Amino acid sequence: MSTTMSGKLELLQGTLDLLILRTLQWGPQHGHGIGQAIRARSDDLLQVEHGSLYPALHRLRREGWIESEWGITDNNQRAKFYRLTAAGKQQLTAEESRWKLFVKTVGRVLRSQE
Amino acid sequence: MWKRVLGWWRHKQESEELDEELRAHLAIEAREWSAKGISPEEARLAARRLFGNQARIAEETRDVWRIVWLEQLWQDVRHGVRALRHIPGFTAIALLTLAIGIGANTAIFSVVNSVLIQPLHYPEAGQLVAVWQVAPGLPNFTGNLNCAPTMYFTYREQNRTFEKFGVWSTGRASITGVGDPEQLHVVFVTYGVLDALGVQPAVGRSFSEADDAPGTEETVILSDWYWHERFGGNASVVGSMLQVDSRPRRVIGVMPKNFEFPGNLPELFMPERLERSKLFLGNFSYTGLARLKPGVTLEQANADLARMIPIWVDSWPLPRGFNKAFFVNARLAPRIRALKEDVVGDIGQVLWVLMGTIGLVLLIACANVANLLLVRAGGRQQEFAIRAALGAGWGRIARELLFESLTLGVLGGAIGLGLAYASLRVFAASGPDTLPRMSEIGIDPLALVFALAVSLASGLLFGVIPVIKYVRPRIAAALGGGGRTLSQSRERHRARNTLVVVQVALALVLLVGSGLMIRTFHAMRNIAPGFTSPGAIQLLHISIPEGQVKEPDRVMRMQQEMANKLAAIPGVEVVSFAAAAPLEGFYSSNVVYAQDKAYTSGEIAPIRSFRFVSPGYLKSIGTPLIAGRDFSWTDLYDRRDVAVVSENMAREMWGDPATALGKQIREGVSEPWREVVGVAADVHSEGVHRDAPKTVYWPALMNNFRGNQVQVTRAGVFLVRTSRAGAESFLKEAREAIWSVDANLPVFQVQTVEDLNRQSMARTSFTLVMLAIAGGMALLLGLVGIYGVISYAVTQRRREIGIRMALGARPSELQRMIVCQGLILAGFGVAIGAGVAMGLSRLMKSLLFGVSPLDPLTYVAVAVILVMSAVLASYLPARRAAAVDPLDALRTE
Repeated sequence: MSTTMSGKLELLQGTLDLLILRTLQWGPQHGHGIGQAIRARSDDLLQVEHGSLYPALHRLRREGWIESEWGITDNNQRAKFYRLTAAGKQQLTAEESRWKLFVKTVGRVLRSQE
Repeated sequence: MWKRVLGWWRHKQESEELDEELRAHLAIEAREWSAKGISPEEARLAARRLFGNQARIAEETRDVWRIVWLEQLWQDVRHGVRALRHIPGFTAIALLTLAIGIGANTAIFSVVNSVLIQPLHYPEAGQLVAVWQVAPGLPNFTGNLNCAPTMYFTYREQNRTFEKFGVWSTGRASITGVGDPEQLHVVFVTYGVLDALGVQPAVGRSFSEADDAPGTEETVILSDWYWHERFGGNASVVGSMLQVDSRPRRVIGVMPKNFEFPGNLPELFMPERLERSKLFLGNFSYTGLARLKPGVTLEQANADLARMIPIWVDSWPLPRGFNKAFFVNARLAPRIRALKEDVVGDIGQVLWVLMGTIGLVLLIACANVANLLLVRAGGRQQEFAIRAALGAGWGRIARELLFESLTLGVLGGAIGLGLAYASLRVFAASGPDTLPRMSEIGIDPLALVFALAVSLASGLLFGVIPVIKYVRPRIAAALGGGGRTLSQSRERHRARNTLVVVQVALALVLLVGSGLMIRTFHAMRNIAPGFTSPGAIQLLHISIPEGQVKEPDRVMRMQQEMANKLAAIPGVEVVSFAAAAPLEGFYSSNVVYAQDKAYTSGEIAPIRSFRFVSPGYLKSIGTPLIAGRDFSWTDLYDRRDVAVVSENMAREMWGDPATALGKQIREGVSEPWREVVGVAADVHSEGVHRDAPKTVYWPALMNNFRGNQVQVTRAGVFLVRTSRAGAESFLKEAREAIWSVDANLPVFQVQTVEDLNRQSMARTSFTLVMLAIAGGMALLLGLVGIYGVISYAVTQRRREIGIRMALGARPSELQRMIVCQGLILAGFGVAIGAGVAMGLSRLMKSLLFGVSPLDPLTYVAVAVILVMSAVLASYLPARRAAAVDPLDALRTE
């Protein structure tokens, strides 16, 4: 991963899907909440662009990994809530193991160069 | 289909939901900001800033959904319309240009379609043919030869390729006993003609073979419009008797509405009764019509006819005074051709030239619009670059531009369709009468398809040029240098310059075409036709049928008496009577032998044009006598064997008009020799653009002519020379003069020789007017093109001009420089156009008269006009350039 000039990390291609699925593991959440959660858990290092978040949400929904429903937030505001489906849970497990393999492999390559 | 609609509906719903979701997101975020103590207004702005472009996110999200293209299409169209609405001036000019171009094309296409492509409205019209012969062995005769009555029998009985065959001719008949006496057009048909056309009467029955047989009851079929006009469409008329030429005929039927006999609009159809026992070879005056058997080609039919011609020569008696060698030497050969060709005639040539011309005008119009678009696209380069940098694909931008052009094309086409409809109404009223089915020409579905196709093609044509030119990834160049360059690069100007050169070249082609037509018209007008002041020669036709007055002498005396009454009307100079006036379409002609010439057996003497006239004919048309004298009334009543010949015939046969006097001539060996008593000046009696025919004038009353003991001209015309010609008051007096001798005589075809002259030039003047309109439009569009390009160049070069002036260039020098730029463009256009015109003008050779397709005067004049106009069109912007204030020009950059 590279660092940008502002000291924030850019998301690697394909990792956003994993992060969204992972965030939804703790329960249904709306788009804004998902963005906030990712930012909070990464200590503000990962900031999801809204321009990428919504296309990703819709892509996942079309794949059938998440489903959506209109609801009311804690602050009494209308919002669309997303929830993980059974297929989504399977997908999450698969993605997670693939990610771990990826990190391990990249780590090995980097170490061998040191 | 339903699935598509359903999908689109779902798509729309989803799209709305997405917008809502995004709004909800913004609301949540705004609330969080305000919770941090920021005002709601600021919070919303901040949220929005952070969120980025809501529309873009929405669009990108939607892109995930697959069927975007349909929506984008609609969006592109709306975008196109919106973009055009923002620039009403540009849009109006472009639309007007296109509307004129497309409208003119659609109008001419409609005419071409109904006249040339589908001129015949008969079942399986492709099988219909006109049966003609040629006779290369006849001297002085190059045209097509009609059928002889005897051919009707031979061909009908011996042919192997015709399903139906018959011959027909046209004539006139007077109707009495129902209201005022009237003279009607009649088509005489043998059995087989109406059957070949495949049309049956709407009421009653068609002619049977028995109707052709002499001795049976005489019958007549009415045309639909005459039936309605005269009898109010009353069906009981069928079966009743009608007095035709003072003899009763039974009405047996009415032809269907909209039935049109090829090339004729008669009121009546009557059987052509040919008496087999009285017929002989010759008398080629019937038109043959056949329906070919299915699968038979024109070649096979012609071969069949070639086989039958010798059979025909062998199976009929010879006319008196002819021997068989005459018919063998004439070398008769078949010339069967599609009926369509007969009906369309030479008007086809005019229409194709027009179609080509109008197509060129449309090309010029497209070039102009392309030029306008280029200017606009040039101005929008920065916009494109910014949009591309923001993520819009170049393909998307290209598509938008193209859609703008297509929208322009289709809108222009829609207006053009309106124009075409209007102009067709005008055209139908003013076009030449020779156009078949004139009344039916309208915008039919095929014309609609044509208009749409032309609109789209034009839109694509002028839309693609700016796309190729500007839409390509050159962001850095456009953003970096936009608007700050000294002057535009040569390369960018090239497209516009090329378009202007093309426009000038096309305009030159069209102007040369109209110039040649003007020269033709002038040449026709300048010919001395052999008759003088045609506007002062009033024609009134009458016909005295045998059923009414039998004795030839009495007919002649009646005609003389009427002529005398006409001459007594105040203002009348001279009156005469003749079978036909000059320029009237019906001529008689035959071979003429001279006593002092030796003819070998079977040699065919040259064919001469005949005129049957009363004394005073030459004087009434203003033709001088070169030698000898005119006929006298004594010549006629004593039936002296005399004749007058034309000067060109006298010169051809005897070398000099004076020596022709006293020579003896005759038509056939059974006729007496007739003495040439006068020689008249040549008359272009078959149309001013045709050579004056070598003519023999025979007395209107004479002995022993064509098998008649006494020959009299029963159907003919009074020629009245008067300054009151055409005046209503005069015509009333003239009719009364004729009716004072015989109140039962219809007077018809009342017109002046000038009217005939105009008709004979109708084709030329029609072509001239259309080409002149096209040429004028081309010139105007070309000028607008030059003006636009030069003005734009001047605007672009303001800074450069300012610098030049600051460095001491004089305004006159600058003006010259800019005018020169226009001149160079025009010069290239003229040179290219002249080359193209030399090639294309050959195509209109048959429309020209007295002028070569390469007439230098026309080319030079047109080139001068174009160059002068180009100077004018570039002078205006040049003057503006010279008025530029250098400081101002440099500061505004």
